[in-house]
Amino acid sequence: MTEPTTAPAVPKARSCPFLPPDDIAGVRSAAPVSRATFTSGDEAWLVTGYEQVRAVLRDPSFSVQVPHALHTQDGVVTQKPGRGSLLWQDEPDHTTDRKLLAKEFTVRRMQALRPNIQRIVDDHLDAIEAQGGPVDLVKTFANPVPSMVISDLFGVPVERRAEFQEIAEAMMRVDQDAAATEAAGMRLGGLLYQLVQERRANPGDDLISALITTEDPDGAVDDMFLMNAAGTLLIAAHDTTACMIGLGAALLLDRPDQLALLREDPELIGNAVEELLRYLTIGQFGGERVATQDVEIGGVRIGKGEQVVAHVLAADFDPAFVDEPERFDITRRPAPHLAFGFGPHQCIGQQLARIELQIVFSTLFRRFPTLRLAKPVEELRFRNDMVFYGVHELPVTW
Amino acid sequence: MKITIDRDRCVGAGQCVRAADEVFDQDDLDGCVVLLVSRPSERLSAEVRDAERFCPSGAIEIHDA
Ligand code: HEM
Ligand code: SF4
Repeated sequence: MTEPTTAPAVPKARSCPFLPPDDIAGVRSAAPVSRATFTSGDEAWLVTGYEQVRAVLRDPSFSVQVPHALHTQDGVVTQKPGRGSLLWQDEPDHTTDRKLLAKEFTVRRMQALRPNIQRIVDDHLDAIEAQGGPVDLVKTFANPVPSMVISDLFGVPVERRAEFQEIAEAMMRVDQDAAATEAAGMRLGGLLYQLVQERRANPGDDLISALITTEDPDGAVDDMFLMNAAGTLLIAAHDTTACMIGLGAALLLDRPDQLALLREDPELIGNAVEELLRYLTIGQFGGERVATQDVEIGGVRIGKGEQVVAHVLAADFDPAFVDEPERFDITRRPAPHLAFGFGPHQCIGQQLARIELQIVFSTLFRRFPTLRLAKPVEELRFRNDMVFYGVHELPVTW
Repeated sequence: MKITIDRDRCVGAGQCVRAADEVFDQDDLDGCVVLLVSRPSERLSAEVRDAERFCPSGAIEIHDA
């Protein structure tokens, strides 16, 4: 008989804050599908190869309704797969509900938000300029801009926006127990309920009102649906975009040669944002799934009921996907990176996120041509234990 | 090159429109893909191949010949 062996811990330590965990490339090249022990103490499959991660995320044999939350200390799943919540739903309900929401996020609709986003960005940069350096770019810019954009989209009254942001952040922490996450969820629920009631009484041209009045033959769009959808959108849109702004600015400021390329040719912004998304792939722990039947991924048999982590960050550094993955190069031709996931759950807000990031970085570096870090990168604190990776603060001056 | 789409698989991610907006559009009613031309000219073939590669749901199929 062979001794039962414990699978190695999933690599997390980064010696360069802008690169994936040091040991993940070794895990991928040894076996793109392997066993690992996760934060919760559970063993599960760790998928790190680009093609294998895509295969998991698009395969309907995998469900998002996992029994254990592998990336938390206590492993307790706090999310419930209610109608409209998307992230926690499987087909066929996921498909139906996603279509109800997707029409509000088409490329065309998102393009129409450009002037509004530009105004929000300009207003924040005006305030920063008036205040004078050094400032914390996370607090003054990266956090409030996405918060304002999504609040506008939802029609959240100005006086309740700070509270929305605070709760959304509390929901995403992993350094707390399930009870604390649940408490934040309750507060969020209360706020969203209020918002839905207000929009029912007094519809506007916002997203919630559009959903309330949407054509819905099955009658799925009730209060619960609206709160679930709004809750998912808020959580999924705030922290993610804020992290990309803070971390992306830090990386660009750390790479003056790349920033110079962007300044010489502002048309590069589209490519630059795609490379930032790939290089930073902020969903640092990857997507969790569970097999609903026996399935084969990259020649490895995964049994029914077994959990899988699709490590999108490792996949986006697979040399089978991009040449010299560790070279940050904003002139690369965009390729289908996995920063927004893949398959039926691929980010519904990605076109909005792209537009926001394009406007943010073009405007920031145009308005402040001498912008620089006010603290060396080595002294910055990174979000090593949060679902979405980023910087806690980014002191800059000009 | 001939293109077919499967609207049931489409998840309205809009990657196809970003890659090839002369060939694909999104329906205002459900965000799903609409094919503007099923036999695009040679000029657009690289864009169409990108759309297929970027599509997260396998809703776009290209038939050569
Ligand atoms: C740079 C910013 C963003 C990043 C990196 C990001 C990343 C992701 C990822 C990786 C997923 C897939 C999760 C999975 O497969 O389990 C996802 C899903 C989702 N995202 Fe984003 N996101 C961003 C911005 C946004 C924005 C701005 C919105 C909304 C306005 C949004 C709304 C959503 C929603 C609703 C889902 C769930 C879709 C589904 O399950 O069908 N995201 N996002
Ligand atoms: S890229 Fe694919 S999933 Fe997205 S809208 Fe086009 S066909 Fe649909």
